[in-house]
Amino acid sequence: MSTILEVRDLSKNFGGLHAVKNVSFSLKKGEIVGLIGPNGAGKTTLVNLITGVLKATSGNVIFNGQDVTAQRPFQAARSGLARTFQIVQPFPQMTVLENVTAGALFAAGASHRRQAEQQAMEHLEFVGLAPQALRPATSLTLPSRKRLELAKSLAMNPKVLLLDEVNAGLNTSEIEQALTLMRAIAARGITIMLIEHLMKVVLSLSERILVLHHGELISQGDPQTVITDPRVVEAYLGSKFAARQQGVAPTAGVAHV
Amino acid sequence: MKTNSSTLPSTTMTRAKIFPHLIFAVWVAWLTVMPLMADNYYIRLATFVCMYGSLALSWNFIGGYAGYPSFSTAAFMGLGSYAGAILQKAGMPMILAWVCATIFVSLFAALVGAAILRMKGHYFAIGSISMVEVLRLIASLWSDLTGGGDGLNVPIFQGGPDYAARVFFYSMLVVMLLAWLTTLFVDRSKLGFGLRCINQNEDAADMVGVSVNRYKTIAYTLSAVYCGSVGAIYASWVSYIAPTDSFGILLTLKVPVMTMLGGVGTVYGPLIGSALFVLMEETIWAQFLDYHQAILGVVIVLLIFFLPGGLLKLDYKKLFKRKTTSHTQARRA
Amino acid sequence: MTLLAQIIANGLMLGALYACIAVGFSLVWGVLNVINMLHGSFIVLGGYLTFFAWFHFKISPFVSLPIVCGLLFVMGYFIQYLAINRVITRPVLTTLTLTFGLDMILYNFMNLGFEATPRRVSLDLGSLTLGGVILPVDRLLAMLLAFGLTGLLYYVMRSSRIGRAIVAVRMDRDAAALMGIRVGHIYAMTFGLAALMAGACGTLMSVVFPITTNITGLLLGKAFVICVIGGLGTVPGALVGGLALGLTESIVGNFMGAQYAILFGFLIMLALLITRPTGLIGKKGYE
Repeated sequence: MSTILEVRDLSKNFGGLHAVKNVSFSLKKGEIVGLIGPNGAGKTTLVNLITGVLKATSGNVIFNGQDVTAQRPFQAARSGLARTFQIVQPFPQMTVLENVTAGALFAAGASHRRQAEQQAMEHLEFVGLAPQALRPATSLTLPSRKRLELAKSLAMNPKVLLLDEVNAGLNTSEIEQALTLMRAIAARGITIMLIEHLMKVVLSLSERILVLHHGELISQGDPQTVITDPRVVEAYLGSKFAARQQGVAPTAGVAHV
Repeated sequence: MKTNSSTLPSTTMTRAKIFPHLIFAVWVAWLTVMPLMADNYYIRLATFVCMYGSLALSWNFIGGYAGYPSFSTAAFMGLGSYAGAILQKAGMPMILAWVCATIFVSLFAALVGAAILRMKGHYFAIGSISMVEVLRLIASLWSDLTGGGDGLNVPIFQGGPDYAARVFFYSMLVVMLLAWLTTLFVDRSKLGFGLRCINQNEDAADMVGVSVNRYKTIAYTLSAVYCGSVGAIYASWVSYIAPTDSFGILLTLKVPVMTMLGGVGTVYGPLIGSALFVLMEETIWAQFLDYHQAILGVVIVLLIFFLPGGLLKLDYKKLFKRKTTSHTQARRA
Repeated sequence: MTLLAQIIANGLMLGALYACIAVGFSLVWGVLNVINMLHGSFIVLGGYLTFFAWFHFKISPFVSLPIVCGLLFVMGYFIQYLAINRVITRPVLTTLTLTFGLDMILYNFMNLGFEATPRRVSLDLGSLTLGGVILPVDRLLAMLLAFGLTGLLYYVMRSSRIGRAIVAVRMDRDAAALMGIRVGHIYAMTFGLAALMAGACGTLMSVVFPITTNITGLLLGKAFVICVIGGLGTVPGALVGGLALGLTESIVGNFMGAQYAILFGFLIMLALLITRPTGLIGKKGYE
């Protein structure tokens, strides 16, 4: 498998605050990688840097062999780098279908609107929102809005999909459905990076895990290694969780999950 | 989850509703033959309808579709007036002068747009108003070119008042039709869709692949093109232009209000709003000359309080329903 | 050398008045997020009222000042409460157009009531000469009062309950509402204060310049420029912006003429808007 996204020594300073510090990792084509870390660790900032929303202070982002560090968001979108938002941002006065059509029309480069709409319908069927195609986007429930976000980003024909806390606010059964969906997306060959707080989701999907803390990558590797890494336990997981995973009596500490 | 052939819901694609276009065609046909029957007063009124219609349609690109509160109309129109006037004085034939003025104003807007569109919201509004002021001051100060505060005389159109009235009327009508065609095209195109996305959520539009800067600049330039033409035609029509009137703040305010009256971001909103407005002005202005501005002010206040989306976006069904339910409630009580 | 000192002195005297012009406008923009197109007319109204009190009733402008302030405060309060509050959450196109429309009404009635002939309160107080620099006493007094009023507003914003409430609403409207602050009332108070400052400015200006309805647009334009130079919503910002503009206009005006001075001001503003829309003082922060 070849490397599709590589991040080299990426840093971002806001005045004196080092939001992201010398982060380096790479994603192989078709992987599912989890990104975890406490709130404020810099996970969303990292995604913003990769997609061009923020300008990096130093370091490089290489996508498909091209240095895209200085790209603008719409360029990222067109080259196949899509992301979802924690707080869903639809186009409020448009229908569900129109929202997804936008992705197909501009990022995926459909030649005209009719074609884009057909592609959009396919994606809406994939996520299960087809019956609501003509409803206003704002009339959807939260889980449906998350699926709309997903459909919109899929319509962009991404090679890499950065999912930023897609499961926040969902209940258990809704999360199960989301998991099924994400496995189906991965089966299409799309590389996924998953930012998540729900360890159950991360562990059941990810082939590899990255851990961010105070802007630095403190651990990366296969799931079992990472969750037993003492630095990760201390920074984020808590000893109770780690012990539970290993079936051992916990030491004093606070669980984060 | 079904994965077989996806059928598009039948009402998605803008199956062109014929009705509004039919009405418009009738209106234009009537306007075209009207000069054969009416006197110069009505022709003059119709010329203003076409003029303001063009201006309102132009503003609609940047203010309606893209949602940027531009107050640049007077800047573009005034610039067109001066460009056309100066070229004509230099000997250029009238229609060629109009075309050149249009091109000049379009280039100006494209260049300025790159700078001014970096501003958002209030700053953009203020930047665009200031542009009007700056151009007015330059026109006043650069007397060698523009005649300064004394204004500029344009060679009077030969052929007598009746012929002139008709020439200028049809010229404005042509510009209005061009503006309408452009609006129709933009409304259905990828550009129009992209502008709507920018209007509703500029950051999300960027993320979804819309090249935001390019689209905004195109919208801004489009909002200038026909203003330039109108300005040049206007200068030839009235034969005399001066800085304060050409770069008038009142005009730059009225045009967005007309569009808001009809309905921003629609194809026919600007046309309906501007026609109604000209009519209102003509009937009221004639009666209450002294209170002209106050009446305009009151109209604006009423418009904003009671017609927030304009006439075309009023939910007529809801209004009608409210009337019938209050009837039945009164009977039950 | 004395020419330079004179230019600077003129600039400062002008700048103080300009700060006074802008501080109310800046407050409304910064706190209410509304561009108040009525501002120029408020200033002229204050000036006219002062003039007529002086001309017909021999009331000194310094006595009229508090009365004008009171009248304009009430006017501003009700305009905000009854009209602008209804559209306060709508986008800038709507609010700007509304204040523009309201201004049309006020302007029309001022024109009819007062007529556009220029009026000036001539106090004939003579002038001081300091090291070759001529300082007309009326301008000097106007400058001192302008500084005084601006300082008073600054004090009110920092120390009084109303001032703190206004700052709270500006920082987070919803949080302020949750704290029990009546947001609609605070908005009206803010607008009233802005109108008060404008009226006071008009009073001071009537002593120095001829007042006519034709200058409402000019004054509004200056308010724009000063707010962009000095930043929004802060009293120190309006002061810095006002002084900066006053000095600039004095210098350019002296060497090139009045219209060039105005043009220059606008060009500086446009340049700043393109590069640093938050102004010289920096962010939209508050005192």
